[in-house]
Parts: sequence; C-alpha cells; structure tokens
Amino acid sequence: MIAIDGLSKRFPKVTALDRLTVDITPGVTGLVGANGAGKSTLIKILLGLSPATEGSARVLGLDVATQGAAIRERVGYMPEHDCLPPDVSATELVVHLARMSGLPPAAARERTADTLRHVGLYEERYRPVGGYSTGMKQRVKLAQALVHDPQLVFLDEPTNGLDPVGRDEMLALIRRIHTDFGISVLVTSHLLGELERTCDQVVVIDGGKLLRSSATSDFTQATGSLAVEVTDSDTHPDGTAALHSALTAAGLMVQPSGEHGAPGSGRVLLVGLAGEETYDMVRDAVATLGLGLVRMEQRRHRIAEVFQTTAVPTAGPAQKWDSPDAA
Amino acid sequence: MPPESSLAPAQDVIHNIGYRNYTGARLGRRYIRRSLYVQSLRGAYGLGRSAKSKVLPMILFAAMCLPAAIIVAVTVATKANKLLVAYTAYAPYLQAVIGLFLAAQAPQSVSRDLRFKTVPLYFSRPMERFDYVVAKFAALASALFILTAAPLLILYLGALLAKLGFAGQTKGLAEGLVSVALLSLLFAGIGLVIAALTPRRGFGVAAIIAVLTISYGAVSTIQAIALARDTTDVIGWLGLFSPLTLIDGVQTAFLQATSDFPGGHGPGTGAGVVYLLVVLGLIAGSYALLMRRYRKAGL
Repeated sequence: MIAIDGLSKRFPKVTALDRLTVDITPGVTGLVGANGAGKSTLIKILLGLSPATEGSARVLGLDVATQGAAIRERVGYMPEHDCLPPDVSATELVVHLARMSGLPPAAARERTADTLRHVGLYEERYRPVGGYSTGMKQRVKLAQALVHDPQLVFLDEPTNGLDPVGRDEMLALIRRIHTDFGISVLVTSHLLGELERTCDQVVVIDGGKLLRSSATSDFTQATGSLAVEVTDSDTHPDGTAALHSALTAAGLMVQPSGEHGAPGSGRVLLVGLAGEETYDMVRDAVATLGLGLVRMEQRRHRIAEVFQTTAVPTAGPAQKWDSPDAA
Repeated sequence: MPPESSLAPAQDVIHNIGYRNYTGARLGRRYIRRSLYVQSLRGAYGLGRSAKSKVLPMILFAAMCLPAAIIVAVTVATKANKLLVAYTAYAPYLQAVIGLFLAAQAPQSVSRDLRFKTVPLYFSRPMERFDYVVAKFAALASALFILTAAPLLILYLGALLAKLGFAGQTKGLAEGLVSVALLSLLFAGIGLVIAALTPRRGFGVAAIIAVLTISYGAVSTIQAIALARDTTDVIGWLGLFSPLTLIDGVQTAFLQATSDFPGGHGPGTGAGVVYLLVVLGLIAGSYALLMRRYRKAGL
C-alpha cells in the first residue's frame, strides 16, 4: 500500500524525517508520535506536495516524487486543523470539493449525499458549517476526504478536540471506513490507547526515526495477565502479601502491579496467565486463605507500555512485570 | 419455493443500502480548472452564495450599466449624431465602481481560502498550483470584463438603435472592448496579489482601495503640478505609475482614445509601447507573484 524507503526531510533548522524506512499494508494503520515527530511532514510527502530531501516513497505503487497528481486522485486527505469556511453548507462544500477531485457534477452531488449520510450528517448538512459542533465539523472534514471514493485516506489527528463520546464515535467510523467501505486508512495520533482499539498495524516514529512497526496484535498478545485484588482478614492482616506467597508457592509468576499513584494500586497483584487453570488456582488460593476476592480481571498489555520499554530500554519501572529477565 | 424476500417489507422502511463504490468517470485537471473557474466567477457576483453576498456585486453592476442606459436614452431622444461618451472613455469615468468591485471581490475569491485554511483541501486533490492560480485569475478578470463590457454593449446597441453609423460604432466598440479587457486583466492581477497577501478580508479590501486611489491621486496631482509648471513632457511618463493611467496611456496611443491626462498630454505611439509593455509586464508579474504565494500555501 505504502512503501517508504530511506526517506529524509530536512529543513534548514530541523530534520523532520531521518532515513525512515517502513512498509504499510492495507487495513487501518496508526501513525504514532509526539507532536513534532514528523507525522504531518510524512503525510505531505506521501501526497506528493513536498519533495523529500532524500530517499523515495511509493503510494499505491505510484512514486510520490513524480506521480503526485495520480496519487492525489486515488487518496483522500483530512487535515488536522480547521479548514472549513463557515458560511457555506456541508453539502455545498463537499459537492464543490468532489468536483475538485474530478467528479462530474451529477456524480459529485450523488456521492456527497451518500458520503455525508455515511459519516452521520443528516438534516444539518444544509445549514452553514459555522454553526456546527466540533464533532460535526470533523465529520464534514472526513466526508470531503472520502467523497471521491479513494483507495486510501490519510487522517491527520481526526479525534483532536473531541469529547470522549465523540472520540469513540470517530474511532468506530474510522474502523468502518476499512471494514464497510473497503478503504485503507492511515491515521495519525499521539494517543496510543485510541490506536490499539482501531488499528491493524501501528507505526511509531519519534524525531523522524522509526521506533517500531508491527501489527497491533503483536503489541497486545502474549502478555496476558490477571489483576487480582483481595481483602485482608483477621488471620491474614496483609491479605495481598499472603496471597502473593501462596501463589508463588503454587508455582505462578506473581508481581505487584507497580502502578504508583492509582488508588489501591499497592493491593493489586499481577499473576502471569499460564493457561486456563491459572484462574482456578487463584480462586482456590484465595478460598483457602479465607480472603475476600475484590476483583480478578484480565489485563492486556497496553501499547503504551510496549513503547515505553522500546523507547527507554534502561528505565526499570517502565518495563514492569512483563519482562523480568531484561531487568 | 418462493424466497423469504417475497414477503415484502413494509413500504415505509428506509433501507440502508450500505457503502457504494464510485466507478464513474474521474475527469482530469482541465475539468477541475474549469469547475473552479466557473465557481469563482459565479462567486464574484454572489451566485451560488448567500443572498447577502449578491447585494453588493449586483448593485455595482447596476451602477455600471445605468449611466450607459441613460446615455443611450439621451442619444436617442436628442437624435444626436454621436454618443455622448466614447467607448474607451466609459470605464475611466466609472473607475470608482470598478475599484469597489475589485476591492470587494478579489479578497472574497482568495482571502477566504487562506483565512479558513481551505487551500490544503484543494492542493490535496489532483490539481496543481497552476490550476488554482489560473482559475482564480481568469475568473476575477472575467468578472471585471463582464462588469466593464456590459455597459459598452448597451452603448453599442443604443447607438445602432439611434441609427448612428454601423462601421464606426463597431470599430469603437472593438477598441473599447480591447481596452476593458486589458484593464480587467491588470486590475484582477493587482487585486489578487494584494488580496492573497493577507488572510484578513478587511485588510485586503482596504489595501486594494488604497493602492488604486492613492496611486491614481498621486499621479494625477503630480501631473497637474507638471502642467502648471509647463513641464508637459513629464506628464506622459508619470502615467506609468498608476493602473488606471496605464490603461489610459495604452488606449490613447493605440485605441484612438482621448487622454484624460491634464492638458490631454497622453503618450505618443513610442511611449505607448512602453505603456503596453508595462501593462503586460504587470499582468505577468502578478501571475508570477501569485504562483510564488501559493508555493507554500499548499502545506
């Protein structure tokens, strides 16, 4: 879908991209990085709008340096910033932009009606954009990126400025762009938790360099563990410690959660999941000790934790319980 | 066996037909350029925009045509043997109206896209910088041409109605049209360059009015001083420094116009070549500056 090979972009004072090499497969791909990591610069190069200092990139098999117009015909782009004139309606704006993508007038109107409906804008689409909420504006921005039925869309920070509900709706919509519309998505964000739910693949860049690129399932699988919290009792004034020794004696890998600052975090034990029988062993151990089980829940490894260990391999606390050998 | 679907669902159900891919034509840059041109040209007269934005351009258009209609009426009524105003003199008489139209519509055409950062939405599509600049430039020049040529057509039709000589009137009209065409290109270029400098529409409006009136006022004043001091040979050259006097110079030299310069000291054919070159240079320069302006705006 996208092949980036040794791509660099240097401005007089900063290096935005530094010999970036990564392949992006069809599906939903998250491009993660802090502000200024080079995400937007990369998108501009991939759209053929900004020449790379060195290296090459191909989008849908087309060279970004020489076939920019052909790429932009097949690709949609949703900018990060506000880009909608307030005095026109969503319909007028999207029809106009559909024609700017080369759609004939009748097709532009038809596609606009379809696309606005798919992103969830109904009667309000005839009202001036100036009166829209942030969530509705983001939908219009998304609609203009989809109206010409691209094969791939670049979404630059689509959840920016949205409240939690709006964020969830936007993420669900992004997921649907791939599953229902069959359009591949490259979505940038600086929030890792969002991408974990939405993306098939995550590419992390920092300071213009590739930190990591792999499937989301790689990040989160094989790190299963149980978070267990128990009460204290008269026989075991420190129930957590008693359970810790009991489970260790039973041959399970147990660690304190180490989540500092969170309420009750000192009382949570993380038990390595060896298999289905682990649940029974924990249950039996708690029952034998006569403690109350406050909670027992499955924990997935958060992408953020993976990145912390990747980014700062020497920082002990960030590695936590999943890789005791590395410490 | 009849399939289950033969039990037709109720008629009032709205079916979600799901996402449909687009398999129709994708027209190229020529179509895109033409669409943007038409949209911008209509926009200059407020068409396809809110009712409020139609008011000013329509009033100005009426203000531009009304004097021509009056002139025609007077010519027909008095059975005069020529029009009261020459074709080439009409636009200079109503320069204030043209200036207002330009000041209102040039920022409308380009400042909005800059101010609301809509420009990246254009440049993330197949079009290139060239397409955007050419479409906007051509649209504003066409809007000005419609504004300035329409009253000339009214004069011409009126002149034919009054049975003034057909050949002479047609030649006059042709000269007038060439003159306003040059004027439209020159004014559109200057207006767009100024408007594209600022995303603030108000600044654009003020700056365009200022450039047009101050340059014209300064040139006229200095020309008047030159006339008073009897240094008449300078008068012809001073006209190079304001858009309207440039057009005056060109049409005086080549289009049989009577110069509005003080004392009628317009440039001769030799100086007229310089005027024409400066006008063409300014038009080309405006285009080059606009291309430069949008080199970075796509990002």
